[in-house]
Amino acid sequence: MPETITMQVTRYRPDTDRSPTIQEYAVPLRKEWAVLDGLNYIKDRLDGTLSFRWSCRMGICGSCGMTVNGNPALTCGTFLHDFAPGPVRVEPLTNFPVIRDLVVSIDDFLRKLPTVRPWLIREDETVEDVEFLQTPGELDNYKQFSMCINCMLCYAACPVYAAEPDFLGPAAIALAQRYNLDSRDQGAHQRLDLLATPQGVWACTYVGECSAACPKGVDPAGAIQRYKLTAATRTLRSFLLPKGAR
Amino acid sequence: MSTVEPLRHDVVVVGGGGAGLRAAIAIAQSHPQLSVAILSKVHPMRSHTVSAEGGAAAVVGVDDSLDEHAYDTVSGSDWLCDQDAVEAFVAEAPRELRQLEHWGCPWSRTDDGHVAVRAFGGMRKLRTWFAADKTGFHLLHTLFQTCLQYPRITRYDEWYATRILVDDNRAQGVVAVELASGRIETITGRAVILCTGGCGRVFPFTTNGNIKTGDGMALAYRAGAPLKDMEFVQYHPTGLPFTGILITEAARAEGGWLLNKDNYRYLQDYDLGRPEPKPVLRSMDLGPRDRLSQAFVHEQQRGRTVDTPWGPIVYLDLRHLGEKVIDAKLPFVRELCLQYERIDPVHELIPVRPVQHYMMGGVHTDIDGATGLPGLFAAGEVACVSINGANRLGSNSLPELLVFGRRAGMAAAEYAVQGAAEPGPAVLAQAADERSRLERDLLAPREGPDRIADIRTEMHRTMEDSAGIYRDAASLAAGADKLRELRERFGRTTIEDASRSFNTELVAALELGCMLDVAQTMLACALRREESRGAHQRTDFPARDDDRFLAHSMVSRDHAGDPQIGYLPVTITRWPPGERVYGR
Repeated sequence: MPETITMQVTRYRPDTDRSPTIQEYAVPLRKEWAVLDGLNYIKDRLDGTLSFRWSCRMGICGSCGMTVNGNPALTCGTFLHDFAPGPVRVEPLTNFPVIRDLVVSIDDFLRKLPTVRPWLIREDETVEDVEFLQTPGELDNYKQFSMCINCMLCYAACPVYAAEPDFLGPAAIALAQRYNLDSRDQGAHQRLDLLATPQGVWACTYVGECSAACPKGVDPAGAIQRYKLTAATRTLRSFLLPKGAR
Repeated sequence: MSTVEPLRHDVVVVGGGGAGLRAAIAIAQSHPQLSVAILSKVHPMRSHTVSAEGGAAAVVGVDDSLDEHAYDTVSGSDWLCDQDAVEAFVAEAPRELRQLEHWGCPWSRTDDGHVAVRAFGGMRKLRTWFAADKTGFHLLHTLFQTCLQYPRITRYDEWYATRILVDDNRAQGVVAVELASGRIETITGRAVILCTGGCGRVFPFTTNGNIKTGDGMALAYRAGAPLKDMEFVQYHPTGLPFTGILITEAARAEGGWLLNKDNYRYLQDYDLGRPEPKPVLRSMDLGPRDRLSQAFVHEQQRGRTVDTPWGPIVYLDLRHLGEKVIDAKLPFVRELCLQYERIDPVHELIPVRPVQHYMMGGVHTDIDGATGLPGLFAAGEVACVSINGANRLGSNSLPELLVFGRRAGMAAAEYAVQGAAEPGPAVLAQAADERSRLERDLLAPREGPDRIADIRTEMHRTMEDSAGIYRDAASLAAGADKLRELRERFGRTTIEDASRSFNTELVAALELGCMLDVAQTMLACALRREESRGAHQRTDFPARDDDRFLAHSMVSRDHAGDPQIGYLPVTITRWPPGERVYGR
């Protein structure tokens, strides 16, 4: 009998359960196994009714975020051995409605994302056959914020989002900043109306939990702080300068 | 249950990865009056395009030419591609990559601000654009974010299509399950585009994500659209043991090399050139993937690989590149090695072995993505145009999904506006049948002798044993017998989950059904092709046989449900069949 570890997994079926419960499973403890491998062992061998999302199992598709022993984590990159002798508690991401077991609804984020216009906006004409020039330094300016995989760990970690569901949230703001800081983009002023609002950057109290939770080294808290300065300057200019000079 | 009113659109795109998003954007821009649905079994940014690492090929340099890209692709394909398709592909690839640049893709740059290019396997010039080593990730997110600005694109995220509706010999929509609620709905369209990607999950050891289960190939096959070249399966030479995570070919393009257990650059023994300190194009570690994966098998047979609990391995050595190059050009490689192997490639050798990676075959299409079934189009890995023939070159798949995603989108839009009739009662009756089938077969719990995972595991073993890097008639025939048995047992598996909401056991069962169909076509085509070409290597027929097999395998399902195979001539425009030469 190989060594095992106990996984305590949240179960919730909205059609039959009135509230979530915890179910325990013993799974083999192997040094290569991620928490996700443990969940798949349960699904394949012990209980086909357990539901969770996963795909790439290499930390890039962003679908397997859950709460592991209290912390938001990608389960494909979090290893059972680090929790030995156990138990390992696996729960859905916090701050989201639960659809089923470990599956949460991210519809709120998907509704907010288009509102920050996360695409390249050009006001000058684009010549079809000519690339925009962008130096490695200009690329570095926004590159970090383009690394967001939309895994939602930052929303799960964010105390402001927990208390204020209208808050745009860390990833959406970081993605808006990703385009604002891109030398090819000319749409920053179109994003200002949404970002410089009480539901935008001003809601953030700079707790920094989002940046700590991010598995890809994006620093949404830094993006938000930096944008506060931009927003404040622009607001000030709009008071002080005549329209044409802004 | 009564027939309910369908959800109506003009074009239904099944699959929200690179090809599907590119197709949808093409329609939204060119035909803004059309309503487009994108149906995906995951949120689109989870699609497997996200995992592509190394880059996207398109001619940019003054010292390069479209003809050279075409020749590399044709010779890489072992002459099984269609050269008219390749010529269109290489001509349109630069425009597509530039389009992605205009949409914001963060391509890596040279100091003067131009897009940078790197070497890649089988390519004679530097023409692979890259965004560090997360090219697919950036490409997918750029497309996803760009598509958010088009109000005529309606997304059905986490909807699983189970059947293509066909009436009057024309595809007119799909039946799909909304996973969150378990609702079964009919979504109609005047045209349907399949962009569901490959089928790597029929194999046990694959770089492919869990979602790559050949759904679109199986749906097309069942609907009467033939599949093409299904025996051609690409093994990538460098996957991490246990996980199968891909270590990009870019690692070798930047100067990494493969070593056997004696620290010997073994590729020099396989007619791939001589080892040099710096990478040489179309030589050694920059040879094509089929040849490198085959060389590994020979090393293994000679006892020059290293045994591990996860099978034999060789080593990829990046140490001489230094930390600076690795962090600048290959940061994801380092991240993956540290996280999943707990080794640092700056200081240590990376253990690797060949891993199933890509499907050259797929739904037969013409150069505009039209399949053998009117109204049904396909693009990306699910499709076989074919520009890849018997072996795809690294960094051709991302431009392929852009070029042919756009083409399929345009062709489907034209088809839709040319007055294909609104779906009628026969289509809705078919949808009602499909709904009953799902409820009867899969949403009622039952006790059976096998679990879904049991059948899947046996299918994996069967496919690895019979359709791996080397094949022969005996193993292919035995595999086909085993698959017949598994298909029969599949009908009686245990179903535990009767819940409607996010029933992943239902999805796993539907996916397994698709994989069993696709696997069957792969073995049937492989058995019939009595030659060795590209990624299809028969130990009992070791030579290429242009007289008999310079042709695409075409496989359709007959009335008894068995694969029927025919052949379609390869289109040759300017490059007559010749020898594939690498390293000399």
